Amino acid sequence: MTSAMTSTNMMRWTLLALVPGLVLLAWYFGTGILLNIVTASVAALVAEALMLRLRGKSITVLRDTLMDGSALLTGVLLGLALPPLLPFWMVMLAAVFALVFGKHLYGGLGHNLFNPAMVGFAVLILSFPLAMSQWPPPSQITPPLSTVEVIKAKWHTRDARADYDGVTRATPLDAWKFRQDASTTSDEFFTDPVQAANWQPWLHINLAFLVGGLCLLYLGVIPWQTPLSMLLVLGGLALLFQDGGSASSLGAPAFHLMSGATMLAAFFIITDPVTCPTLPTGLLLFGAGVAGITFIIRSIGAYPEGIAFGVLLMNACSPLIDYLLAPKNNMGEQP
Amino acid sequence: MSHAAIILLASIFVNNVVMVQFLGLCPFMGASQRLDSALGMSAATGFVLTLSCAVSYLIDHYLLLPFGLEYLRIIAFVLVIATLVQLSEIIMRATQPLLHQVLGIYVPLITTNCAVLGVALLNSRTANNFVDSILYGFGAALGFSLLLVVFATIRERQAAADLPLPFRGAAINMITAGILSLAFMGFTGMA
Repeated sequence: MTSAMTSTNMMRWTLLALVPGLVLLAWYFGTGILLNIVTASVAALVAEALMLRLRGKSITVLRDTLMDGSALLTGVLLGLALPPLLPFWMVMLAAVFALVFGKHLYGGLGHNLFNPAMVGFAVLILSFPLAMSQWPPPSQITPPLSTVEVIKAKWHTRDARADYDGVTRATPLDAWKFRQDASTTSDEFFTDPVQAANWQPWLHINLAFLVGGLCLLYLGVIPWQTPLSMLLVLGGLALLFQDGGSASSLGAPAFHLMSGATMLAAFFIITDPVTCPTLPTGLLLFGAGVAGITFIIRSIGAYPEGIAFGVLLMNACSPLIDYLLAPKNNMGEQP
Repeated sequence: MSHAAIILLASIFVNNVVMVQFLGLCPFMGASQRLDSALGMSAATGFVLTLSCAVSYLIDHYLLLPFGLEYLRIIAFVLVIATLVQLSEIIMRATQPLLHQVLGIYVPLITTNCAVLGVALLNSRTANNFVDSILYGFGAALGFSLLLVVFATIRERQAAADLPLPFRGAAINMITAGILSLAFMGFTGMA
């Protein structure tokens, strides 16, 4: 990481690097994604401003903090991770929870223990698991709902399933996890034209986030250790349990690397400098831990995607990782 | 072998004593201020939980069940655990002064920890045999220790943070514990 890069500049580059993935997500899943991003960002900024006022910060501090882009980044990351037809109020709830409980009660940017966006996401997936699994079919299979229809769906105070049944379908991770026929081998599953068409958008979206992430790496905005170790360990675990693509396979490495939020998490979520260990070796451990927990939850857990849980658990372990890796002096004490 | 590993992993992560079953919250909050006290508490809990699971299994299967006295489980377990721990503390003080110095006051303290009775009671329902029940107790202790050590390092770091005044101390610890519990919910449905 170059020292000339201020945190505000880092936030701006990160936001810019998210654009390719964002565009593809909106292209495949409709305007609901954009509405999510706007809703979550506005809610995040308002919550940040209110919390700063409550904490008695001056107007200049308030302005500088709102302009540093960190609350905006939390809002955008949340918006990218939430399903497009999720009601507005749930999106706002996640953003407010992220900023208040994930960030400001811990003392604001630089002191937060957990990644705020992942705190908001975990609250939603545990509170509204059904609403959180409702993704519409990608646009190349079924034309997306019009913006007006999306707003109507998102205006509902409950999940849109009752009125929009048939509008949603399982994401590839869902479909693979809850496949009807347990004797289907993973090769058969992924060469099936329906599943392949369902997976293709996620492949493209993950590739777009990969490109954005590589730009950030090139610019020196994010360290290379975390994404590399996360992707290597996730791919390696998948390879280990692939079992030649048989029925008991847990999914091909390419599928695990290019599904769900893998690339978004690897380059944009777990690279948050505040909630990671400080030493490079700690970053390697951190990425590997997130990948391991994600793979376990994807394979044998109750939820199709485990990245948010992995990130939160490894956030909690960061101080311990730092403590264990910190160089000790002769007295065996930390300098 | 894999059976034992599954019991251990399930009781460390999936059914974590503190985060999933909400047992032993008092020592979790009370002994996590500093890392060294957390380590002492962890070691003492490991010792007491494993021992009490083993003994309560024996009492349950060879005394209470044959005579149809299941309704006496709570009182019998409390009595046996308290006696046993006091006895082992006395023996430890006399024969292993070094170990006693390390575990110190934690051993008698942990007797009144609801996790010890809770795990013993849960154990009487789930464990199939003597070895399983020891593993179950040991796994519960490992899960407790892991959480306690992680939590202690978190709290040591927070000492330097600019926390809002009303949330310093117990309040922020409760919030941290809550978010950690959210994260542990990711393990539901396994094993």
